[in-house]
Amino acid sequence: MTTTTNISTKDTVWEEHEALIDRVPRWLAMTLLFVIVVGIWDLVTRMGWVSVIILPTPAETLKDLFFVGNNLISGKYMLDALWTTTLTVFYGFAIATGIGFSLGVLVGETKFGERAVMPYLVAIDTMPKVAFAPLFIAWLGFDIGSKVALAAFIATFPIVVATAAGLYAATENERMLFKAMGATRMQTLLRLKLPTGLPYIFTGLKIAAVGVMAGAITGEFLGGGKGFGALIRQAASQLNTPRVFSLILYLSLLGLALYFTVVWAQRRFVFWQKVDQKGGVV
Amino acid sequence: MVEAQPQTDGQQIQQTPPVYEIERLSKTYARNNLVALTDVNLRIHQREFVSIIGSSGCGKSTLLKIMAGLLPPTTGSVMLEGRPVLGPRPDIGMMFQQATLLPWKTTIENIVLPIEIREGRSAAKAAYTRAKELLELVGLKDFANVYPGELSGGMAQRASICRMLVADPAMLLLDEPFSALDELTRDFMNMELQRICLERGATAFLVTHSLDEAVILSDRILVMKPRPGRIVEDVKIGLPRPRNLEMINTPEFGQIVAHIRGLLGQEAYQ
Ligand SMILES: Nc1ncnc2c1ncn2[C@@H]1O[C@H](COP(=O)(O)OP(=O)(O)OP(=O)(O)O)[C@@H](O)[C@H]1O
Ligand SMILES: [Mg+2]
Repeated sequence: MTTTTNISTKDTVWEEHEALIDRVPRWLAMTLLFVIVVGIWDLVTRMGWVSVIILPTPAETLKDLFFVGNNLISGKYMLDALWTTTLTVFYGFAIATGIGFSLGVLVGETKFGERAVMPYLVAIDTMPKVAFAPLFIAWLGFDIGSKVALAAFIATFPIVVATAAGLYAATENERMLFKAMGATRMQTLLRLKLPTGLPYIFTGLKIAAVGVMAGAITGEFLGGGKGFGALIRQAASQLNTPRVFSLILYLSLLGLALYFTVVWAQRRFVFWQKVDQKGGVV
Repeated sequence: MVEAQPQTDGQQIQQTPPVYEIERLSKTYARNNLVALTDVNLRIHQREFVSIIGSSGCGKSTLLKIMAGLLPPTTGSVMLEGRPVLGPRPDIGMMFQQATLLPWKTTIENIVLPIEIREGRSAAKAAYTRAKELLELVGLKDFANVYPGELSGGMAQRASICRMLVADPAMLLLDEPFSALDELTRDFMNMELQRICLERGATAFLVTHSLDEAVILSDRILVMKPRPGRIVEDVKIGLPRPRNLEMINTPEFGQIVAHIRGLLGQEAYQ
């Protein structure tokens, strides 16, 4: 016999009172917010509350976006600049990944690394790394090299820390299992600790992707050269704020591309872990 | 007082040569100078199922790790099939409280992992047929190519039984293998374990917290007391095999449980 327990729904009707704004679909919500922000922006500049030298009107910015976009598409000097910055970011990220990963394994896997290397890394990491820019320029000149060095320098530390933390992540039971199977240290590292640590390592890479952009642009601000950072500085010194705005927008596309490449790689290589749109772990 | 000392009818078992022989074993953890085990002597014979029960922290896992060659003893000797245990050995199969399946390997890849580690990838591939037989044995043959993330707790533990069995070990060491499962699944798994052990003629050593589990599965139960960890009694369980869950309600079963509970005393079950 089946008995059905009826929880009285008469006077305690549980209704989800979701606000209207929470019920609109994502794309609409995003568009709505965009329109509101741009609307306020337009109002503020149109009414002359803020000087157009400080904040250009949306229309001006849009016009300049087209101009820069056109310049990029037709392969003019801005494309060269973007390419230079892209190379800087790419090399910086590659070097940071190589060095960061190696140091991370050294720190996470050896007692020497943990005891002797880590304290120095922490000490350097707490320094304001941008302050090293003049040194890199002095050592490597005004070419792309000094920018790559600064970008890599900033991006290395999160990868070291993430890799080391990842190597510690295997549980006691998993280590014991490998020991019981007679696994060598190398086997334990390659078949247990590294795969277990991959989600951590990718988190480090995402932080590094943000850092490498900051490093490359800072390098170009301070060291001149042919990159996008130099264009931005130039536009700013001419008080061409619409240009600064549009350059930053295009630059952010580069950052997004790098970030989502890392997210894509994480989905591909850490397939057993569920990853959401923004690359966060669900 | 319970007078019903369970009868000893494991006589024919006793005559076969021991698989495990542990003599005057003691273990002191150097780190905190903690005496985890003193003067442990035990023999396990072929096809025997022996359980060890005792309060938390009395040294059961320590004993099991020493038997598995994962931890060196301070004094004493551990012999498995006539050879001293000096490190992890392929003729020992282990199972832990957690299934510990690697999430980036499919069920079948997880099962052949011990072979992959010891003999390489091609040997592991060659063991697939065997792994499939084992999966069939535990009723998981449809899940060979599934990742562990899609297995339930009980299914994962069944897969880890297969992993333990794949290298055909002479000895099974089980550290609370089913204690993380719910009671119904646990009963079921215990019956599975008994069936597998009988079918394969396996020798097993089980660490458990559950009296019922120990009595239903074992030929002998070693009762351990803490501080320092030592074996205080060796209780023979004469219940006929194969055992089934209905036996839990029989008076014999109740007497054995009561007897061991008395031995363990108040401290273990407050
Ligand atoms: N690596 C270690 N270093 C120092 N002391 C330890 C270590 N491992 C265990 N001990 C101590 O040894 C004693 C026995 O531990 P053990 O893990 O063998 O107990 P147990 O009987 O398995 O307990 P439980 O039933 O809770 O699993 C405990 O007091 C514990 O604190
Ligand atoms: Mg234990």
